Amino acid sequence: MKDFNYHSAKDSKEASKLASSSSAFLAGGMTTIPSMKLGLATYKDLIDIKNIKKLSGIKVSGKSVTIGAATKHVEVSNSKDVKKAIPSLSSLAEGIGDPQVRNRGTIGGSIANNDPSADYPSACIALNATIHTNERKIEAAKFFKGMFETALKKGELIEAIEFQIPEKSSYQKHPNPASRYAIVGVYVAKHKGDVNVAVTGAKSCVYNDKEMSKALSGNFSSSSIDGMDLDSSEMNADMHASAEFRASLVVTQAKKAVDAC
Amino acid sequence: MASLVGSRVERKEDKRFLTGKGRYTADINLANQTYAIFVRSPHARASIKKINIDKALKSSGVVSILTGKEIADDKIGGLIAGWAIRSEDGTEMKCPGNPPLAKDNVNFVGDPVAVVIAESLAEAKEAAEKVEVDYKVLKAVTSTADAMNGDTIHEGIDKNLCFDWLLGDRQKVKEAFDKADKVISIDIINNRLIPNAMEPRACVADYNAASEEITLYTTSQNPHLSRLIMSAFGNVAPEHKLRVVAPDVGGGFGSKINVYNEDIVCSWAAKKINRAIKWVAERSESFLTDIHGRDHVTHAELAVTKDGKFLGFKNETIANLGAYARVFGTVTPTYLFGPCATGVYEIPAAYTNVKAVYTNTAPVDAYRGAGRPEATYTIERLVEKASMELGIDKTELRIKNFPTAFPFKQTLVHTVDSGDYVAGMEKAKQMADYKGFEARRKESEAKGKLRGIGVTSYFEACGIAPSAAVMSLGCGVGLWESAEVRFNPTGQVTVYTGSHSHGQSHQTTFAQIAADELGVPIENIDIVHGDTDKGTFGMGTYGSRSLAVGGIAIVNACKKIVEKGKRVTAKMLEANPEDVEFKDGEFIVSKSNKKKTIGEVAFACYLPGVRDEMKSPLPEGDEPGLKETSFYDPSNFSFPAGTHIAEVEIDPETGHVKLEKYTACDDFGRIINPMVVEGQVHGGLAQGIGQALYENAEYDETGQLMTGSYMDYTMPRADNFPEFNIGYTCTHATTNPLGVKGCGEAGAIAAPPTVMNAVIDALGGQEVTMPATAEKVWKACKNLKKSNAKAA
Ligand SMILES: Cc1cc2nc3c(=O)[nH]c(=O)nc-3n(C[C@H](O)[C@H](O)[C@H](O)COP(=O)(O)OP(=O)(O)OC[C@H]3O[C@@H](n4cnc5c(N)ncnc54)[C@H](O)[C@@H]3O)c2cc1C
Repeated sequence: MKDFNYHSAKDSKEASKLASSSSAFLAGGMTTIPSMKLGLATYKDLIDIKNIKKLSGIKVSGKSVTIGAATKHVEVSNSKDVKKAIPSLSSLAEGIGDPQVRNRGTIGGSIANNDPSADYPSACIALNATIHTNERKIEAAKFFKGMFETALKKGELIEAIEFQIPEKSSYQKHPNPASRYAIVGVYVAKHKGDVNVAVTGAKSCVYNDKEMSKALSGNFSSSSIDGMDLDSSEMNADMHASAEFRASLVVTQAKKAVDAC
Repeated sequence: MASLVGSRVERKEDKRFLTGKGRYTADINLANQTYAIFVRSPHARASIKKINIDKALKSSGVVSILTGKEIADDKIGGLIAGWAIRSEDGTEMKCPGNPPLAKDNVNFVGDPVAVVIAESLAEAKEAAEKVEVDYKVLKAVTSTADAMNGDTIHEGIDKNLCFDWLLGDRQKVKEAFDKADKVISIDIINNRLIPNAMEPRACVADYNAASEEITLYTTSQNPHLSRLIMSAFGNVAPEHKLRVVAPDVGGGFGSKINVYNEDIVCSWAAKKINRAIKWVAERSESFLTDIHGRDHVTHAELAVTKDGKFLGFKNETIANLGAYARVFGTVTPTYLFGPCATGVYEIPAAYTNVKAVYTNTAPVDAYRGAGRPEATYTIERLVEKASMELGIDKTELRIKNFPTAFPFKQTLVHTVDSGDYVAGMEKAKQMADYKGFEARRKESEAKGKLRGIGVTSYFEACGIAPSAAVMSLGCGVGLWESAEVRFNPTGQVTVYTGSHSHGQSHQTTFAQIAADELGVPIENIDIVHGDTDKGTFGMGTYGSRSLAVGGIAIVNACKKIVEKGKRVTAKMLEANPEDVEFKDGEFIVSKSNKKKTIGEVAFACYLPGVRDEMKSPLPEGDEPGLKETSFYDPSNFSFPAGTHIAEVEIDPETGHVKLEKYTACDDFGRIINPMVVEGQVHGGLAQGIGQALYENAEYDETGQLMTGSYMDYTMPRADNFPEFNIGYTCTHATTNPLGVKGCGEAGAIAAPPTVMNAVIDALGGQEVTMPATAEKVWKACKNLKKSNAKAA
């Protein structure tokens, strides 16, 4: 690992002021540190954001759950409030990586990183989340742009993620057996009026499967998507799963999610 | 005094391990030490045109940069194969040179070409990036099955073939097959594995210019053997000027038997720069350069009668050696494989033919089980298939072909001294509720799931030793083991063993044995190992040999102590040595009932005189002191055996295989410490189940390792396993005084076919290769659905 400067920011303002083209925010460090160790990324400055008070904590209102960006996965999975309001969100957090990762990794880091097989992006899409940054509010549907790509501008800091509480929801993941990231993860959420079927792991970026959403909005039963033959041409393929297998898993996991709702 | 052998004595080593007080190689820091980083080939096969170190030498903190040229100029020898195997046509095997730093060619990704030594680790890394190696990249050979058709990797080694070996009689087998009602045949792949010891390899080399002595601290399973090889073949230093210390070692599984490039290079370089050098592998280096295991492609056939009697067995295997032949590389796919491939069955005619090939991949060598997992997988997959094709219950078919009497003269090499395979099978069936399977299958079916049951009966030849036998088969050394038992004047005991513990709990089990033999409290016994300066010689630990060979050496040395103690007691108490009995730490003269404790005897041995009297407690001919040595060479291998039964449930929609139940019923002979044995069984099972369901080392066609980190190489985790159901039958080995057999490898040997037989049973007999990943199983489920639909 190359030498770098470490800064600890006390508030969002300081954090974004310190940011430059050769800096990164340091939240849990679960992505940043390994990529620096492996020489895949080098930064001149690391700006620690864990001590910014505004970035931590979980708030539940009648309609939404708002989670501070620097909140760790373990805090989300252990939160009684989250468990009560959106149980599927708490169990998603419980299924991320391993205890070490859950004790350090943060929701903000996960979303900012937008790994195509990360879990949280699917929650954001399914639960019509609003991403609150130090500059603006961004709808989840406009936030995730592509592989490891988001709507965040340089130096823009996520402060909190606000999830809409659904009527029913479930997240079902088929994990990569080695890393336990999602080979395919499907987050189904039934809101008043419509159903979101957010899919992660299958393509280069998380997406809302319109076909399944439509079918389930009409009839919220796994039978309405059973046997659906999804186009696999844009699906990811690697040594753990072919595109064809992923396409099948998307339907299977969606059915499981509906059944679990 | 109650016997300690057989009881769950808590591990003496745990205090140190659980409180972070273990002392591993990476914990060792010497004054003024430097740090080494190896520059490794990024190509699987290339010739080296030029190495330019000018820029790197100017980098800050660099002490020295050495390449293959310097090591060749200093006439430092390369790495070697420890067993010489002959081909069927009588020709000797062909081995390429394997210099510690490649000079002209590199042959796998990770092959080291230079070492950068600097004042700090960061500086060494920085400088290593500046070493410019100009390669001419050549076409790599990576496939085991096609290696013989690829470009020649090593000059003069035609078809990349190290040897084409035969064990058995082809003609007899042909005759047996001619008489068969049915021939069962199978094509299988034994997947390549990476051992993944928790502690990565490391070494610290030191040179003392005054004594001209090199000390090497290294992660080794066999420090004396390492010293011997580095001295005799590596020309690093004569044995008396080379001390090898293997302190606490965090797992080996065979991957730490070999002397590695880094051991030789650091030892040699430490002398050259006259400073200590430290090297610790990063995990990615471990993936690339630790020896790998397995990697066979096999076609096998079993000739049977219609009522299920086995008549003949054929085994045609291609074994991948990787880029070079290493210490156990050539024996693993031959004498550790072929003799066990006929399993626990009476098969009148059999042969195993192995073609060992070189490829541009990491060297393949002994990994937990070494050859015996591959053998057991071959025969047990065949037998399971035979039971399906013949329609005979899988347990009945096995029992039908078990030997009826012991000693059992196995078809190809071994005479198995003891066992009771039927008893093991019956107990395993009971433990696993074999009868209840059909009901459980129906329950799964009702949930839309597929359930399968798999059985394996295995035996293995371990306690790897008999020197005359192994040397006749091509081993370069005798594989006896040594022990030294030393009393202090005040009665505590130090036992030196030549075997090595890297997780096996020698400090506890060996102390239990010595405590029973000597009647000394276990707290007063220390087990010492892992340092060539502390004991005479030792062959180390692999092949489940620690107890059955090393443990017996301890017993024998203790018996010599007791013999001397009897003579001394007789002299002290004016009795005949024949009238002295030894029990629970006391020497008792049977006629007078007078006694001396072993502590008193030890004291007398060291202080052999009395004030005001010219008198010695030592009989004529006995010297002062109380220390005895044994070099034990057993008369045979030992042969653990058992039956394992697994049950899996498959979700046909996702291909997910859930291991629902796992039963292991093993015969390890006498058990010294049941808790330690359970630990060994659990670990072996985890690795065996890992092979069946999760682990796979995969190279692409250019020779890049695709599974070079834990993000892609699936290490099994605790939540992948059910609670293991473990039991034993016990027949004592007749070939050693403790009646012990060895338990370290059994789990890794029996689990892969057990689990795969269950998976394939659930899939209606469809073949799936290991590891049975979700996608492979999902595809098989789709086929099954199709063929069921057709049938209906
Ligand atoms: C072994 C392992 C297994 C894992 N398994 C899973 C899994 O199963 N599922 C899953 O979803 N994830 C998984 N992860 C990822 C992990 O959960 C983290 O979410 C992820 O590493 C990023 O979070 P972090 O807090 O560690 O971010 P960091 O590594 O600290 O930062 C990552 C990036 O996000 C940026 N960033 C961080 N916080 C903010 C912010 N508030 N505003 C703007 N930018 C920010 C940083 O600048 C940096 O570029 C795994 C990670 C590891 C190491």
